[in-house]
Amino acid sequence: MRRGITATALVAALALAATACGGGDKSDGGSSSGELSGTVTWWDTSSVGSEDKVFKKLAEGFEKKHPKVDVKYVSVPFGDAQNNFKNAAQSGKAAPDVIRSEVAWTPDFASLGYLAPLDGTAALKNQDDFLPQALASTKYEDKTYAVPQVIDSMGIFYNKKLLEKAGVKPPANLDELKTSAKAIKDKTGKTGLYLRGDDPYFFLSFLYGEGGDLVDAKTKTVTVDKPEGVKAFKAVKTLVDDGTAKTDASDGWENMMQAFKNGDVAMMINGPWAVADTLTGKEFTDKDNLGIATVPAGSAAHGAPQGGHNLAVYAGSKNLEASYAFVEYMTSVEAQATAAGELGLLPTRTSAYAKKEAVNSEIVGFFKPVVETAVERPWIPEGGSLFAPLGVEYTKVLTDQTTPEKAAKAVGDEYRKLLKDWK
Amino acid sequence: MAVHTSQSVVKAAGGNTARGRSRGTGTPPPAPGRIRRGLSTHWYAWTMVAPVVVVISVIIGYPLLRGIYLSMTDADERNVARSIGVNELPATYEFVGVDNYVDALTGSQFLGTLGWTLVWTVACVSITFAFGMALANLLNRRIAGRSAYRMALILPWAIPGFVSVFAWRFLYNEERGLLNKILGGAGFDAVPWLNDPTMAKFAVIAVNVWLGIPFMMVALLGGLQSIPSEQYEAAEMDGATAWQRFRHITLPGLRPVSTTVVLLSTIWTFNMFPVIFLLTRGGPGEATQILVTQAYKFSFEISPRDYAQSSTWGVLILVLLMLFAVIYRRVLRSQGDNW
Repeated sequence: MRRGITATALVAALALAATACGGGDKSDGGSSSGELSGTVTWWDTSSVGSEDKVFKKLAEGFEKKHPKVDVKYVSVPFGDAQNNFKNAAQSGKAAPDVIRSEVAWTPDFASLGYLAPLDGTAALKNQDDFLPQALASTKYEDKTYAVPQVIDSMGIFYNKKLLEKAGVKPPANLDELKTSAKAIKDKTGKTGLYLRGDDPYFFLSFLYGEGGDLVDAKTKTVTVDKPEGVKAFKAVKTLVDDGTAKTDASDGWENMMQAFKNGDVAMMINGPWAVADTLTGKEFTDKDNLGIATVPAGSAAHGAPQGGHNLAVYAGSKNLEASYAFVEYMTSVEAQATAAGELGLLPTRTSAYAKKEAVNSEIVGFFKPVVETAVERPWIPEGGSLFAPLGVEYTKVLTDQTTPEKAAKAVGDEYRKLLKDWK
Repeated sequence: MAVHTSQSVVKAAGGNTARGRSRGTGTPPPAPGRIRRGLSTHWYAWTMVAPVVVVISVIIGYPLLRGIYLSMTDADERNVARSIGVNELPATYEFVGVDNYVDALTGSQFLGTLGWTLVWTVACVSITFAFGMALANLLNRRIAGRSAYRMALILPWAIPGFVSVFAWRFLYNEERGLLNKILGGAGFDAVPWLNDPTMAKFAVIAVNVWLGIPFMMVALLGGLQSIPSEQYEAAEMDGATAWQRFRHITLPGLRPVSTTVVLLSTIWTFNMFPVIFLLTRGGPGEATQILVTQAYKFSFEISPRDYAQSSTWGVLILVLLMLFAVIYRRVLRSQGDNW
């Protein structure tokens, strides 16, 4: 009961507080005088210790351009951001003006009324310049609620030295992955692949690889429990059972990065957001040791999910004008080129790819074609909700608590509860 | 609770009176006239307790009633009242009666989670009690460095819970944790402490026992010291063995203390949120999820947040614990304890 009480107490207390303070504060966006002023609080969710430094510096650049605007930079760990934002946004207290929202969160936040529509505002300049697949996740009911900041997908990161020692090439499909992992084990004693067992996002490339998907939004059908879904669960289970991959049900991100950076595993599946962090590892003091290839194909296809991050403005922001300008600035061609050059992050604007920073970045060069062929996820409000039930069953499969068949069925059942009237 | 407080204050304030006597003899509640007279005589006492009554009803009463109400609706994140900046969105959830309770009690999820919660509670309380008792007995003797031992054993209590749990999480780490390094040094295979459902259950119980021992030990030590040493001397004169002395003097002597700590520790363990949440988040899969962590998950981790289901589970937890407390007291009373 204690939780229940706390939850309702929280809701009640926050509701009281919100009504008490709702009237007082006057907007000081300052648009009337033409010059922007006020405070813009920005919740950045990028990787701490690598990406965040670059974004913080970029945000400071905005203050130079608009001296009267004070940008309050807050680094929020990615894992907590969705929850924290929901708590803050719902109550109307302590919410940031701008949040870096993962693509699946964006329609969710928008459908709950937490985000300000951006059509026709300063935030959304040159809309035609954005990659259409990046813009897709920002729409909800024909309005645009966010501006794409980076787009990404996944590839297989490999330790070139270890693969050379074992005499294998980066695996093109799951069978090659298994034989390579065996060779790596025999020649170097290291494990082939690190497979995140605690985050279902890392399962998607296997699901797409077998030709499956979570849901089909066009026909309103749940597809995860189709035979392809079962095959995908079997595929990941086999990888762990035969020793190709090691996995973890807790602290997966930390363990994966440590294991790969120290050379304890030869490969991991990851995205451009992990590049800067990976290069801080002792195995990669020589940058050239890091190789990236497309994810190993399953029996049907090479399938990596399309992901990325958007910048969204909180509907209750007291500084809407300054927030719009900030979003525009942070998603501008120049800002995207900087992120591409320093971090290897992929721009969402077509024209940013022509910039020399992007052209010279090997990582951008590698991931661009991957993103173009990446599997687009269903941009429905429930998109972000699909991961919780999947995560439970995915971990259960990897820890032998359920069979692939039962897991697929259980996830499908949960989805049908979540998505009313879907098949 | 509020009533209780006010009565004692009234008595303390000099209520001689029919009130006190009528409680003792168990006659029906006093007539309205008496209340009015009581109010006019003891108005100052009521005024003094009023703030307490108000505060308690605001911080306990309101949320409790609200939680019970929410559990009979279909409230979730999409339909509760929200205030987003200047927008005030009204609540649109509906009353659904006892549907949520029917769903919870007929579905497998609640009963499955309840099963593990009971195993977890019984295991934690009994192991903690056994260790606490053993340590209290050890420390009740005159041994060298007794106070140093006592300090060391109370330490887990002094460290904030979340710090301990995070420390344990490092120890349990499969690749880099100290426990597996030690095992590795001795030539054993690494144990997947938090990645195997059975080991994870073992791991969470171990941490909770570690956290719970100091309280148990201190409480029982206090109890031990209140047993008159003459009883032991007399028993020794009569030739009782150590086991007989323990069985017939220590255990009955500790009874008032031990029944209380077992009741408290059962309630705490049943709702021990931080250990499970911070150590495993209920995982792997749902293997270590207890009722409160699952209720939290409904309310904060899934999207849209399901407030109705969360409150339903909350109310059910409260009912279960109240039932337990009532039955426990009945049993004790039937055995002659005057509770």
